[in-house]
Order: sequence, then C-alpha cells, then structure tokens
Amino acid sequence: MDRNLKRSIILDNYQNANKKYISDGEEFTKINTRNVSCIDNLDIYIDLEDNIIKDISFEGEACVISISSTNILINLLIGKSKEDALYLIDNYLKMINEEEYDKEVLKELLVFDDTSKQPSRIKCATLTANGIKKFLENN
Amino acid sequence: MNRDDFEILKKNIIYFDNGATTLKPNVVRDSILKYYDEYTANAHRGDYKTSAIVDNLYEEAREKVCKFINAKEKSEIVFTSGTTNSMNMIIFGYFKNYLKEGDEVLITLSEHASNIVPWFMLEKEIGIKVNYIDLDDKHEVSIDNVKKAITDKTKVISIAMTTNVVGDTRPIKEISKIAHDNNILMVVDAAQAVAHNKVDVQDMDIDFMAFSGHKMYGPTGTGVLYGKFDLLDKVTPFNYGGGMNAMFTKNGYVELREIPTRLEGGTPNIEGVLGLSEAISYIEDIGIDKINKYEKELRKYLISELDKLDFIDVYNKEVDTNIVAFNIKGVFAQDTAVYLDKYNICVRAGNHCAKILDNELNISNTVRISLSFYNNKEEIDLLINVLKNSENIWKEIL
Ligand SMILES: Cc1ncc(COP(=O)(O)O)c(C=O)c1O
Repeated sequence: MDRNLKRSIILDNYQNANKKYISDGEEFTKINTRNVSCIDNLDIYIDLEDNIIKDISFEGEACVISISSTNILINLLIGKSKEDALYLIDNYLKMINEEEYDKEVLKELLVFDDTSKQPSRIKCATLTANGIKKFLENN
Repeated sequence: MNRDDFEILKKNIIYFDNGATTLKPNVVRDSILKYYDEYTANAHRGDYKTSAIVDNLYEEAREKVCKFINAKEKSEIVFTSGTTNSMNMIIFGYFKNYLKEGDEVLITLSEHASNIVPWFMLEKEIGIKVNYIDLDDKHEVSIDNVKKAITDKTKVISIAMTTNVVGDTRPIKEISKIAHDNNILMVVDAAQAVAHNKVDVQDMDIDFMAFSGHKMYGPTGTGVLYGKFDLLDKVTPFNYGGGMNAMFTKNGYVELREIPTRLEGGTPNIEGVLGLSEAISYIEDIGIDKINKYEKELRKYLISELDKLDFIDVYNKEVDTNIVAFNIKGVFAQDTAVYLDKYNICVRAGNHCAKILDNELNISNTVRISLSFYNNKEEIDLLINVLKNSENIWKEIL
C-alpha cells in the first residue's frame, strides 16, 4: 500500500475515530488496556452476546497508532463470532510480529504491516488487540 | 559546557532526558574500566594488594558521598542499588517497626512511585494511613499546606526535594523544621535534586534521604541511603549473609556488624560505587553552584523560546529547576516524542511514573525536557526549529 494512502487511513481513524465513545449500557463489559509502558490508557467496552460481538467502543488517551489501530480493529470485529474475531486478531498479531499471516481478513489493518520497523510502536499497535483477545478467550 | 567530557555527545544526539538518567562522562567510564583492567577484587577482604586497593577506594567513595551531602559521619552512608531500593529499605526496614496502626504519613500527589507504592503497601500491612499535603495552584508545596496537613497522628513527612514531572523544588529546610517541631520524621527523595543543586543534610536537618547514582552522572545500579546515625542504626537489614555479620555459631547465634556495613550484605556493586565516586568528583570539579546557575539560565531561555510558539502549552513555566513539561496542542505526548526522535532529540513522554498527578494537573501525559549542564542554546534552537515545523508531524511519524 502506498505510504500516503496508509497515512491518510491511519489519520482518519485517529482524528475521526467513529467508535471512540463510552458505552455504559449494562450489556457492555469494560476492559482496560493500561499496558506496561506508563502511557497509553484505553477503556474498551464490549458487548458479547451468544458468541457474537454485538458492539465495541473505546475511550481514553493514547498515541496515534494506538487509537487508530483500535478504531480500525473494532470496526472489523463488530458482528463477528468469537472464533472469527480471534482468528482475525491472531492474524493481526502475526503480521505485527512479522510472521506468516492471512492477508484476506485484515482489510484496513494492513496499514500497520510495517509497524515492526518501529519497535517502540509495536506495543501501541497491539494494545487493544491483546486486550480483546484476552477477554474473548476468557468469556 | 564541558561537552567534550562525554564521548556519547560526539554522536549526533540532543539528550534532553536527564531526569530519567544522565549521560556518563568519560572519567566515570574510565574508573570502571580501571577496576576491570587493573584491580578487580572483592572489597572488605584486603589480604592482597589489589583487594586492599579496592577496599580503600570503596570506603573513599563513602567518604566522598558523606562530604558531598555534608553528612556528619561516613557511617551514615549506605550504598544501595538506587532510590527505589533506598526507599524500600527504610520503609520496610525502619518504618514498618517504628509506625503503629493509625499513624499518618504525609506525601504529595507529585511524588514518584517509589515514594508512594511502598507506603501504600505498608498501609495494607500494618494499617498506617497515607495522607496528602495539598499542592497549591502551581502544583507546589507551600509551608501553609504542610502545616494544614499535619495532625497529632502524623509521624512522617516523605517528599521529593525536586519532583520529576513539575520539577518544583521544595523548601526542605523549612518543612524539616516544622516536622521536627511536631515530632515528625523527615524523609527526602533527592533523586532529581542531587545533581542540580547543593544538598546539605545537616543544614536541611533531614532524617533519611535517598538518591540514585545514575541520575548524577554515575552508573546505573548505584544509589545511596542516608540516615542520621541513631535512626539508621535501627534499620533492619534486607540482606542477611556475608559481609554484614560479625560472627555466627552453629547453634544459631548471630552477631551483626556496625552500620553501614550491616546494611550492605553480600558483595556490593563495587565497580558501580567506584564509578559513582568518580561522578561525585566530576560534579565537584565543575561546581554544583555553577551547574545550578547554568541550568536555570538555560531553562529560562528554553521557556522564553517556547513562549513564542502559540501552539505549545507549557505546564510549569514558573518553577526554578531544570525540568520543563509541555505539549504540542492537540498532539499526544508520545507522538511528539516520536517526532522529535526523528531529529535525534531525546525527550520523555508520559506521566513519568507520577500516576496520581493527573488528578491534579488535568492532563495525564506531557513531554518532559530535563536539562543538564551539557545542553546548550544551540540544541534548544534546534528543538524550537523542529517544533516550528511540527505541522508536518503526521507526515514524519506515519
Ligand atoms: C523523583 C524520583 N524519585 C525516585 C526515582 C527512582 O529512581 P530509581 O529508578 O533510580 O530507583 C526517580 C527516577 O525516575 C525520580 O525521578
């Protein structure tokens, strides 16, 4: 993908993140992705019903890569079954870690395919994915 | 000034993260190399020449630290692995025995985690209460607020001399006076202070003080715990074993050595301590007052230049130290740091481990510049230029 196109997708999902708001309905479970670095701090609200991700949103302060990857990922996960969601997340994590992965399912997440070149950003790009993965595996 | 003393400054970097750790001058490196190349040996066991040399250098280092902070005697100086280690040693080795349920410890919202989390743990363990001295509208500690926070249960005031986010320096001498008038012990975290202003534990009448070698041009893994003799003498050791015992018998009788040796069980970080010793000599050769004056002037220059940029928010304009906290309006601190890194400008983004301060500052993350004497106006001009072009930030970092 062309650098300019990547940049504009990342920026659009940062500046106009459509899923960045609090969901406080009781069907939502809130998880926090506060990670090992002192800094990114996102709350994620997930509504998982009958094995289907009905809705997800998020709120908090984080860098452009965290916010943008969270927004793109969330949009892709909504409507998916738990298994499909986990498959997608696993492939996303494989991509970030420079392993073989299934390109088909990742769609716009492909804008992060060269994140491994900036090691300090790997954590940012995987923060939400790891948080949601853990949630799905335990629920 | 003194830029030639630092090999690393020949690399093309602008290092503005001195609050995290300072660069190390060549003389510190050389002192460690010398230990490796000329007299590697353990300390406290001077049966042969190199061992005796090391023994002497190790105790000389203690002497130097003692003079550097003007302690009364060198037995009041314990070598530790850093501020965190020193704080834990006194909180669990002294205050855990000294404090009783319901006793109060006063800290502030802008303390470093190492002066908060151990107290919280002690709160859980023995039921003390951690309370806060309110910060004023500049996020600083005022004498009035200290007085207000004291109750008849207050037993300890434990605060940083200089904080690592706001960078304000507290009037420790005055606060100590109030503390002692009320039978309160004064604990000081001097991690951000010792390399930047004169610290005199007797004049300031400090009971316990902690600091790190690596924030004062010395090696990582070194630090100091200072305690007034009678207090330090009551600290229970963490590490029982070699070096710290005077004798023991097979039926369990143990006699411990005097302080400070009693509190330094096991082989110490000898090369680190020798490096720290050299770092202190290095600071003293330049002169701490000269360093202080230079850094304050440089900070003023930085602030005046940042002030000209209307898209920058500076959060601590008025403090009188080496630390500046700011943000580019609308840009997350970490993104600014990544952008500056493209130009080899090293700054720290984050809440600087003072995680509870965001309640107070209303911003949880800032870009922090912490200056040292080797920084200069040219570096600041470069920074300002890069910031001026920050409308390109997304193009540069994405
Ligand atoms: C004010 C303050 N206290 C304590 C510490 C902890 O020092 P160390 O990590 O060397 O133990 C730091 C270091 O970041 C600090 O800035």
